Amino acid sequence: MIERNHTQDYMMESPVEKNKKLIEDITDSYPKKVSKERKTHLVVIDPSEEQHIMADVATIPGIMTNRGCSYAGAKGVVFGPVKDILHLTHGPIGCGYYTWNTRRNLAEPEEGYNYFIKNCFSTNMQEKDVVFGGEKKLYGAIKEAYEIFKPKVIGIYATCPVGLIGDDIKAVAKRAEEELGIKVITVSCEGYKGVSQSAGHHLASNTLIMDIVGTEELEDPTPYDINIFGEYNIGGDVWLVKDLLQKIGYRVVSVFTGDSKYDDLAKAHRAKLSILMCHRSINYTNRMMEEKFGVPWLKVNYIGISSTIESLREMAKFFDDPMIYENTEKVIEEELKKIKPRLDYYKERLKGKKAILFVGGSRAHHYQDLLKDIGMETIVAGYEFAHRDDYEGRKIIPEIKEAPHHKILDTYHFERVTEPAYPQEKIEEMKSKMPDHFMNYEGMMVHMEEGSIVIDDFNHHETEELIKALKPDIFLSGIKDRYVFQKMGVPSRQIHSYDYSGPYSSFEGAVNFARDMDMAINNPIWKEVTPPWKK
Amino acid sequence: MECNNTERKYLTVNPLKTCQPLGAVWACLGIHQCMPHSHGSQGCTSYLRMQLTRHFREFIPTTTSSFSEAQVVFGGVGNLKQAIRNILSIYKPKVIGISTTCSAETIGDDVPGTINEMRASGDIPEDVKVFTASTPSYVGSHVTGFSNMVKSAVETFAKKSSPNGKINIIPGLLSPGDLREIKRILKIMGIDAIILPDISDVLDAPMTGEIHLYQKGGTTISEIEDMGNSIATVVLGREAGIAPAESLKEMYDVPYEVLPLPIGISNVDKFIMKLSEITSKPIPYELEEERGRLVDMMLDAHAHWYNKKAAVFGDPDIVEAIVGYANDLGINVLYALTGSYSSEWEKTVKSMVPDAYVSSDNDLWYLKEQLDKKPVDMLFGNSHGKYLAKEYDLPLLRVGFPILDRANLQHFPIVGYKGTAWLVERTGNTLLDYKDAKSPEHLLELIM
Repeated sequence: MIERNHTQDYMMESPVEKNKKLIEDITDSYPKKVSKERKTHLVVIDPSEEQHIMADVATIPGIMTNRGCSYAGAKGVVFGPVKDILHLTHGPIGCGYYTWNTRRNLAEPEEGYNYFIKNCFSTNMQEKDVVFGGEKKLYGAIKEAYEIFKPKVIGIYATCPVGLIGDDIKAVAKRAEEELGIKVITVSCEGYKGVSQSAGHHLASNTLIMDIVGTEELEDPTPYDINIFGEYNIGGDVWLVKDLLQKIGYRVVSVFTGDSKYDDLAKAHRAKLSILMCHRSINYTNRMMEEKFGVPWLKVNYIGISSTIESLREMAKFFDDPMIYENTEKVIEEELKKIKPRLDYYKERLKGKKAILFVGGSRAHHYQDLLKDIGMETIVAGYEFAHRDDYEGRKIIPEIKEAPHHKILDTYHFERVTEPAYPQEKIEEMKSKMPDHFMNYEGMMVHMEEGSIVIDDFNHHETEELIKALKPDIFLSGIKDRYVFQKMGVPSRQIHSYDYSGPYSSFEGAVNFARDMDMAINNPIWKEVTPPWKK
Repeated sequence: MECNNTERKYLTVNPLKTCQPLGAVWACLGIHQCMPHSHGSQGCTSYLRMQLTRHFREFIPTTTSSFSEAQVVFGGVGNLKQAIRNILSIYKPKVIGISTTCSAETIGDDVPGTINEMRASGDIPEDVKVFTASTPSYVGSHVTGFSNMVKSAVETFAKKSSPNGKINIIPGLLSPGDLREIKRILKIMGIDAIILPDISDVLDAPMTGEIHLYQKGGTTISEIEDMGNSIATVVLGREAGIAPAESLKEMYDVPYEVLPLPIGISNVDKFIMKLSEITSKPIPYELEEERGRLVDMMLDAHAHWYNKKAAVFGDPDIVEAIVGYANDLGINVLYALTGSYSSEWEKTVKSMVPDAYVSSDNDLWYLKEQLDKKPVDMLFGNSHGKYLAKEYDLPLLRVGFPILDRANLQHFPIVGYKGTAWLVERTGNTLLDYKDAKSPEHLLELIM
């Protein structure tokens, strides 16, 4: 705990000055070099100055980070939820094991399609494979998987030793495709690539666009075909959203990749618009889709009531169709009416509560909107593996200097290969009607309150100090720090996996979320932490 | 799902093991004020922290060397040095336990050499202890990782001075509740023991409203040093514990005894009698009473499980112990499966259940294929078995690691007579709940 000698002085200061001093204190307690580095990752929102944050650089060795690896991003996040691909991890057992049912991307079996999502497939590399090469084992595993499970598609995800010993997984995949007559896709997502799981998102996006999207045709296109991107159906989020969109009159061609099937992903290039939820995990694919197939995309947010309403209205503007306009308003009105009494009850119980949000993807941004809707306030928000554009908006992209670790992640650009669903002029016209921030994501920082704190690649030490100093009413993060801060007496919930709850999306989801906040914050057991004889 | 049963040589489906680093970190957590450090890519650390946190529902502090491409090309020693300096300055541990990952092993980083160098240059102060183990995922399993780390702790710290009259206990991958029960038994018997590692009071810390990076529990370094002076070592679970016991025997001539985990009446008997034999302490009547109560419970409820057919899967030591427990109850084990290969284990378990299929290099998909041909009435195993339980409509008794989908179980022992009694309660009543759920209303029974 940081000692404070001049409590009085702190009281007199503005929140901005106070918090600037606080993060100064926290980072000063590090060794000098670490302190200097970490200072660039912590920002107190101060509208009086131009502010930048350092992101997507290597974690300091020895710091207890929450970051994962490239394989986690590629297999764990982006490809893992596709339910009919047989996901085969090529590597030692641990990697495959840890991504076995450990993200709550729910998916429903469908008649006529394979359903592999509950299984863990691995080549279980042994020492002899590392010494003599693992290609034979990989081929054998693909063949056995084919014989037993008859998959239409197999996905191969390579982990650390595979890259180090130089197995040619692409060649093995090609041979298997020719000999077995199935599709075999590969992602070389060895864990040491890049500085976090973010590298894996990039690599997975490359495979999506090079090998999958555009390989099948949509037989019965409608004017209302859309894709949902950056949505992994945690706790069933996409099911609520799909339901709303279908009520309005849209047809969802594909979801990348929650509850999705290979065939749907292959047809995604025929949609008229893609909406993007998680900006970090898959914006690469959206950019390439626009270049290659002319499918524009819109950054939306359906976490939170007001954000959902705004997103639905902006989508309607893009289509500019009387039926869509009318149904959008009708659906909004109906949904609001349905949830109002329940939401009001929780709002009363949660008024003015303060939250700290440390959660990857775009969630640290999105959940601020939802918290606001239920009367709560976000005082600190941070990401594990974001890039500067997630904080500062896409306008910063040209300014981001390419770090050495980016070079290993191929960045592709495309010429248009197909007649887009709309002519380019029509797309431009539709885009021009939209407010700029929907097509050009503004990032998280601009939407945060003055004096609130933003942290990149947050870690245990900083979190502990912030919680002690700022005493939030709730700490929203992932599993790795959930129990430690709970033990400090701070109610904690997992916003990666929703603590076995959810969905939290759109209107009904907001009520679920409010109910869970209430159960965490106002739980009677908090009164029992201190024994009565010590009170 | 439709599929053909096929012999597999290359493909693992639904594994019954995970990798060495997880077991290594588990072992480190049972050492007082120890920071487990994983030398390699940060994904490994992130994953094992997630898994251990989900199992124990406690804070799992661990650090990583955070490899990226530069380290796998030019070597990771620089990152290791930086990491150690940062750990010392930020987290102030008394001990650092370093395990390696696939990438560090494949590129061949010299971890012990680096530590010696840092020790010599004064980068690591005298009063901070460091021990290291080589634990790539492509060798063994998390059980091997645990064993290697405990072995390293013993080899690094144990010394020989004057006899201490104590016994050493290497308890394997037991839960905090189990360790608490073992300590209670030792106390009743008046035996002084050094338990390595001891995760009780670390991974079952009480809710106090305060934060502690290191909880009060864990084996201290001076206790580990003293292990060379003990009367004997008792290994609970061969696979996780024999290697460190062998080291103590070789180095300091401390004899060892290998026992199954003390789950089930005959396994607990073996444990208690062995303790008594080694220490020449009598078995107190209090334990005899506990045993008598357990026998009474087993008789009262025997009809609910007698002659049921079961499959047992999970970590090797727990599977072996549960097979013994099942034999005590008159449950017929048809399958005993683990993923951590050991011919010794196979021989032992086969001798206990000669008619069962026993395999130490197997996965859950194999069990699924067999259930189609030769079904069972119940499953004993970890949470991964719940999908089989659902598909084949079977009760699943959750034992071992990992248990991800039920809360609080790690607080309740299944070792000792008391722990076994609680497992007996769960076994019988789970089967009764299952029977009630299946019975049509007019056949629901109130009395038995």
